[in-house]
Formats: sequence, C-alpha cells, structure tokens
Amino acid sequence: MRERAGIRAEAARLKALFEVAGARSVEAPVLVPAEALLDLYGEDIRARAYTTSDTLRGEQMLRPDFTVPVVQMHMEHGAEPARYTYAGEVFRRQEDDAGRANEYIQVGYEVFERDNPAAADAEVFALIQSVLNGLPLRAATGDIGLLTAAVSGLRTTDRRKAALMRHIWRPRRFRALIDRYSGRAGMPPTRAALLADPDPMVGAAPVIGQRSPDEIEARIAALREDAAAAPISEGEVALMDALLSVRETVPYALEQLRDLAVDMAAIAPAVERLKARAGAMAARGVDVERLDFEASYGRTQMEYYDGFVFGFHAEGRPDLPPVATGGRYDALTRVLGQGSEIPAVGGVVRPGLMLTLREGRE
Amino acid sequence: MSVKLGVPSKGRLMEKSFDWFGARGVKLARSGSDREYAGAVEGIDGVELVLLSASEIPRELAAGRIHLGVTGTDLVREKLGGWERQVEELAPLGFGQADLVIAVPGFWVDVDTLDDLDAAAAAFRARHGFRMRIATKYHRLVREFLREQGVADYQLVDSQGATEGTVKNETAEAIADITSSGDTLRANHLKILSDGLILKSQATLFRSRGSNCSQEDRVVMAELMARLELD
Repeated sequence: MRERAGIRAEAARLKALFEVAGARSVEAPVLVPAEALLDLYGEDIRARAYTTSDTLRGEQMLRPDFTVPVVQMHMEHGAEPARYTYAGEVFRRQEDDAGRANEYIQVGYEVFERDNPAAADAEVFALIQSVLNGLPLRAATGDIGLLTAAVSGLRTTDRRKAALMRHIWRPRRFRALIDRYSGRAGMPPTRAALLADPDPMVGAAPVIGQRSPDEIEARIAALREDAAAAPISEGEVALMDALLSVRETVPYALEQLRDLAVDMAAIAPAVERLKARAGAMAARGVDVERLDFEASYGRTQMEYYDGFVFGFHAEGRPDLPPVATGGRYDALTRVLGQGSEIPAVGGVVRPGLMLTLREGRE
Repeated sequence: MSVKLGVPSKGRLMEKSFDWFGARGVKLARSGSDREYAGAVEGIDGVELVLLSASEIPRELAAGRIHLGVTGTDLVREKLGGWERQVEELAPLGFGQADLVIAVPGFWVDVDTLDDLDAAAAAFRARHGFRMRIATKYHRLVREFLREQGVADYQLVDSQGATEGTVKNETAEAIADITSSGDTLRANHLKILSDGLILKSQATLFRSRGSNCSQEDRVVMAELMARLELD
C-alpha cells in the first residue's frame, strides 16, 4: 500500500484548492445509520459497504462515500447556495477482487445551488479536471436526464413508464421490460394462463404472510390492464436504442441528439440543457470539442446520479478504478430531504491513485 | 506433517462421504466413542481425517489448515469470495444434492417469475412502507443473484433455521433456501419461482489452493489422487 502520509498530504493540497474555489470545509461521521443507505440503494449496498452494529444504535455502515452524510448535513442546517469540500477515508467491501482497495481517501467538492445548473455542472467538472491536470486520464461524460426524459415521453401507460424509470440503473431489467412492453418478447406462459383464468384466486393455497389477497388482486388487475394496452411501437424502441448508443465527442453527440429530438420531442429540453452545459464548460476552458459523451455512461455504477455524470479514467490502465467521478443528484436530495429538495452536483477525486499515476510518469 | 482431509462430522453427509472414499479403497472411520470427533484412515499412510461441521470446511480450506475437504458447493460459494482462487473443485460426490431456490407463498397466483417478484416488491414497498423481506442464510448468493437479475426493493433478513416457517410467522414475505424434494416448502404453503433456481449444490471434494505441502505430503497427495482416480 502507498504511504499514507503522502496520500494525506496530497488530499490536504486538493482540499485547499477546493477551498480556494469557494467551498467550506466539512467533516462527516465515519459510521452512517444503515437504514438511510439501505432505503436509497437497496440491498445491493451491503455488497459494497461494511456493516456493523450495536444494541443501542442498531445497524451502522462504514461510510462508502461522503455524499449521503454531506447531503443530510446540508438539508438539516445548510444555507443556500452552498459549496462544500471534505477529505477522508471511505470504505468499500471487496468480495471478488483482493487487488482493489477496501479503504481509501476521497476528496470531494459539492455544490448545492438552485440557479443555473449548467454553470454548476461546468464548475464542478472544470475544477476537478484542473486538479487532475497533467495526469494521463481520459474523461467520459454522460447524462442520465436524457434517458429519463426519453422514458417519460414514451407513448405508453404511466405504470409502464414508472417501471422503466425504476430500472434505469439496471440495464438488463430495463431491456427486458422494453422487450415485453413492445411485444418483442412474448408473455410468459404462466402469465397468459393467469390472465385467461376468470377467477385465479379460487383453489389457491392458504393465505399466509403480510402480502394480502387484495394486493394480489390489485396486481392481477394491473396485469390485465397492461395486457390490454397497446405495445410500445417499434419506432419508439428504435429511437430509444439509438439514444442509448450515442457515443461521440460532445459536438457530434449534440448533433445526433438534436436529430433524435425531431422524432423524440420529450428529450428536446434535456438536449438543450446538454448544449447549455457544453457552452458553460467551454467558457471555463474545457476542450469540449474533444470531450467524449456516452448516453449510457453511468447507468451501472452511479445509481444516485440523475443528470450530468462524469468520470476520469487512467489511460492504458483498465485495471484501475476511475481516478475521479461525479455528477448531479437532485433526486437524492429529494429523497433525503423529506419534502424539501435542492439541485446538487459534485465530484470526488482519489489522491492515492493520482500519486500512483504521477509516479508512473516519472 | 500429513495430508489433512476434512469431512462433515455427523449424519448422512459423514456416512455418505465415508462410503464414497471406502468404495475407492480409502477407509475412513470415527475412532473412539461415538461422541468423540476424531477419525482414522486405513488403506493409505500419511492422510489424517479431520471431522468438522460442513459449514466450517470452506473456511478451513481457504485458510489452508486442511488440504482436502468435503462440503456442499452452496457453502463454498456463499462463504468464500472469489472461491475459484481459494479452492479447486476436484469431484462432485453424487450425494447431498440440494437446490438453492427462491420461494413465495403458493397463493401468490400473480407471482411466478423474478419479473413478477420484482413488480410485487415495488408494490409491496409502496403499500407497506418497507422493502419486501426475503428470509435466508445465503445472503451473498441471494444478493448477487437478485442483483444480476435486476430485482429491487427487497431486503434480506437472516434466518439460520426453520426458514420455511418465516412467512407464516410474518417475519418475511418470501424465502431463499436449500431444498431437495420441495416437500418442506409445499408443507409450508410455499412454491418455487419458475426461474428462481440460484444454485444446484451437491457434496463435493475440494482441494485448498492455499495450503502448504511438504515434499512428503506431495507424494501422499499424488498417491491419494491416484487411489481416488482423480489424477
């Protein structure tokens, strides 16, 4: 393992840079109540975070990142707008790859601001890019907001849209749902039999457990309604596929997306936001002409991001995790804020990996 | 030093393991009284029998404290991260067959597939305010399976025994457990999801990748492998 003092010094240097950029330095607890994380991420978080417990506070997790504690802190007593920075260890459970660190230092920069999201996105990206300057990294960007806009614009039932939205971050289930709603995949025979049965609850096994018969009847009614709904058209599925496969530099991606928006009007505002963001980035000196954009980027790794997403990856080192990642997480503040919300965007860098790459250069 | 062979310390698994080795000319037996967990090996020199709980054998193999061990593939996969790097599967032994499956109440006529389970879980969470509970002791295997299949809005609750009773007792809505015939599931008014098979398990002979072998042990191991027709 790299010498900790060196990584700490690098972390302190980065944090000082973030403070110069206007952020207030904040601390966060190492132990986070498990319930908040489980509610947000579901059971999968257990594969990524270490869980511990005592008889007084119940289950706690060693913080897998700072986002949740920083958002909670801000929602409780933060002034607006606010910029925060922090540096400290995060803990990631590793069950398959012993070569990956289970404890490392992250330095972060988070912006909570209502006005001009394009400018805030650009500010975070440009700042993170500037502190990484000189390292052999490739930046990737994406925008989950395009995908959610496309789903909400589908000409189909609200129930189907809600199911697709719920699985934006699970591409495999998302694809299976699209296939079924469009009729590409047939109905499972057991479901066909269920729907053909006028009274499927007759003769069923005894009622046990907390899921009640009326919940089952409600779902059967929903399935019947779904079976009667028109399939999502081939044309719409083709547009969705085309959207998901956009992978270009920002100017060409914008061109392709504008073409798609002609037939997919729902994404037009999201495309405009992307254009505004590109403009704001260029104004901050980011070379957007050569910046990569992938419409599918961030779908599998970054569950709570719901708008702009980005990552910096070490070139020629696919074995290394990204050196920096970030994005917009408005929905997270909505969930944690219990009624209140504030648009938020942020990013983190890993000083340990930066030192590793810098040494590799020398 | 000697080659240490870990075998389940009681019950049918022990007897069947003894039979399997016996049929290949390696006679295993519990020595001393019935209550003493010490073993004897006849028919080959330099092999030591270690009687252990089947659930501890994966850990002992990973630590290299035993060279060989008989246990279920379910336990190895649940307990050892990156199991293939820690142990090598030498031979399935043809007994102790069991399937790790997801089962739900039989009267859930609307739930037959994981797709149904996922949709039911979303509706359940909206109605009850908590994530649908699945009782199991195979936390890692079940979580990995459900993540791969894209099922959300569930939680795993720990159940180390009598898991089939948890739904009736209202401590879970569904279960993930080992079954061989399915009789216990049916008796508890549960049904297996049609695509809910997580793993087919059986008693298997494993070799540790992390144990140290002296030159002498290597010779014994080669001889044992020849005897078991695994060379």
